[in-house]
Amino acid sequence: MLEIKNLHVKLEEEDKQILKGVDLKVEPGTVHAIMGPNGSGKSTLSYVLSGREGYEVTDGEASLEGEDLLDLEPEERAAAGLFLAFQYPVEIPGVGNMTFLRTAANAQRKARGEAELSAAEFLRLIRERAKELDIDAEMLKRPVNVGFSGGEKKRNEILQMAVLEPKMCILDETDSGLDVDAMKLVAQGVNALRAEDRSFLVITHYQRLLDHIKPDVVHIMANGRIVQSGGPELALEVENNGYADILKSVA
Amino acid sequence: MAAPAVKTDGAEAFLSAFPEPSGEASWAREARRRAVERFRQQGVPVRRDEYWKYTDPTGLTVLPAREAAVLDTDEAPVFDVLDSLKIVFVDGEFSAELSDDFSLENVEIERLEDVLKLDIHWARDLFGVLEGNGQTPVARPLAVLNTARATDGVVIRVTGKVAKPISLRYLHRSPSSDAQIRHLVKVEAGAEATILEAGPAAARFNNVMEIEVAPTASLHHVRAQGRDHERQAVTGLFARLGEESTFKSFTLSVNGRMTRNECVLEFTGDNAVAHVAGACAGDDDFHHDDTVFITHDGLNCESRQVFKKVLRSGATGVFQGKILVKEGAQKTDGYQISQGLLLDDDSNFLAKPELEIYADDVVCSHGSTCGAVDETSLFYLRSRGISRAAAEELLVLAFLDEAIVEIEDDVLADEIRDRLAGWLARRRA
Repeated sequence: MLEIKNLHVKLEEEDKQILKGVDLKVEPGTVHAIMGPNGSGKSTLSYVLSGREGYEVTDGEASLEGEDLLDLEPEERAAAGLFLAFQYPVEIPGVGNMTFLRTAANAQRKARGEAELSAAEFLRLIRERAKELDIDAEMLKRPVNVGFSGGEKKRNEILQMAVLEPKMCILDETDSGLDVDAMKLVAQGVNALRAEDRSFLVITHYQRLLDHIKPDVVHIMANGRIVQSGGPELALEVENNGYADILKSVA
Repeated sequence: MAAPAVKTDGAEAFLSAFPEPSGEASWAREARRRAVERFRQQGVPVRRDEYWKYTDPTGLTVLPAREAAVLDTDEAPVFDVLDSLKIVFVDGEFSAELSDDFSLENVEIERLEDVLKLDIHWARDLFGVLEGNGQTPVARPLAVLNTARATDGVVIRVTGKVAKPISLRYLHRSPSSDAQIRHLVKVEAGAEATILEAGPAAARFNNVMEIEVAPTASLHHVRAQGRDHERQAVTGLFARLGEESTFKSFTLSVNGRMTRNECVLEFTGDNAVAHVAGACAGDDDFHHDDTVFITHDGLNCESRQVFKKVLRSGATGVFQGKILVKEGAQKTDGYQISQGLLLDDDSNFLAKPELEIYADDVVCSHGSTCGAVDETSLFYLRSRGISRAAAEELLVLAFLDEAIVEIEDDVLADEIRDRLAGWLARRRA
């Protein structure tokens, strides 16, 4: 599904190398988690994959189902099936949540040569998905993320994921700022989307989220590289002993 | 002090180019005479005038007017979705053939040329009077010219709640038309009406509306100026607002080479409300100027100005807005915001917000910003599969929407939104 080879990335504006050779292969239908201390490059990885400006790829490659991602515009990556759930979802005053979602869904369909959804079809789809995430009609009508609580914003990210049905979902610290109940709701939403042809890359600081979204593989990222990979037990080790032990052992 | 020759010569040229109307009642002749006198004293505006510092008036004062090609479009006229009483002008001339019958419950409508021949006291109290009051502290010579020479237009007296909007439609057919239109509106106590204006009107259009909103009356005014690329317009709204009255005006301008919209409001009674808003978008040599002057001379009145301009490839937006709070106009609530969204480095937004306050118990605030499209928002939209152009368009519409929400009627607001979205999409294509 997602394949990253020897990815090196620096900041465009300053001479600072963030990713120093990331290798990662996510198989279809699997959930991978990336954990790591602050500043290890986890969020940068998610931004670079989704095409945010401000980063320069100095070496390596990243592909989605064999298609080179790094040459594509952000919207082309989305149409190819990549989705990033933002750590800090952006508030957009004046753009209605429904308008936004429908525009996005139809833009992707159009880019893939599929028929666009009619207003009625879209309404049916979004109502169904919103219900599963406990998102009410009022939230759909409001401008994108404006006045949403932290939990509502994250649920809105998952709603977008549910409506857009991407193949490769990256969740960037989706658990940050969530209370236990909100986290469960978000995890349920993600679990409902698990499928054989869909993969997840869950970026998180804490093991907590992984209690609810069970990963197949856990990676530890430090200093711009993936330094260790293992099963779910690796997350527990981090939870119990912190990163220090792991980082020492790989140093 | 006499105006410089360049100004007075310009005035004389206009007075010769537009014939003096004949056959009018003595009060009308007197109002015209005084206007001619004022116009001669002021002269035409020139760039050196402080009030025209940001907008070069040459296109509005040169004779003959520059030609403007008629836009070739097959789309339905703006506001066609609504049931309204239509009054149509072609290149500034009333068309009985294209207009609806004037009869409608709770409103009397007459043609200006008919009213100026009669002795109708309320019309006499408005014609050239509100415009005349609006000449201090700043001269507005093109409105004076309108009083001196405009012959076509309608006179509307609203006596109750009017069931449907009165829609003034301005068609542009001749590339060399130089039109002046004058309307008088009186909304009697407790009455309520909506007046719509739409269309380019002419190659060059000078449009003045004098409005009296009597105590407890309410008037909504929504305007969509034509999209003909080379058209030029100068408009003047002069309104006097009585106690507990409401006046709301919104203007949409897309394209047009030059637009100067002046709005002069005065609160003469207490507890009245006035909102003036504008949304505009243009490219290239588009120049759009909103000049607003609001005088608070009553207790506890609320005024609100919201102006939004989207500018691209060299377009210029101007905002001059002033709130004057007179001595004794306590509890005034004045608000003013003007914002420019620049889609590239070639465009300009010039703003001059002013407050002049002589009362000590008031709330007045103003803000003005100028900036580019927010990159973070743009990336968020694109990351969901929306193309850069479409994402930018969504953000542009969102930006303008803060002015559009000032339109009270949702149907009208949605009509404006739909048109704008359509025009922007067309511009992208």
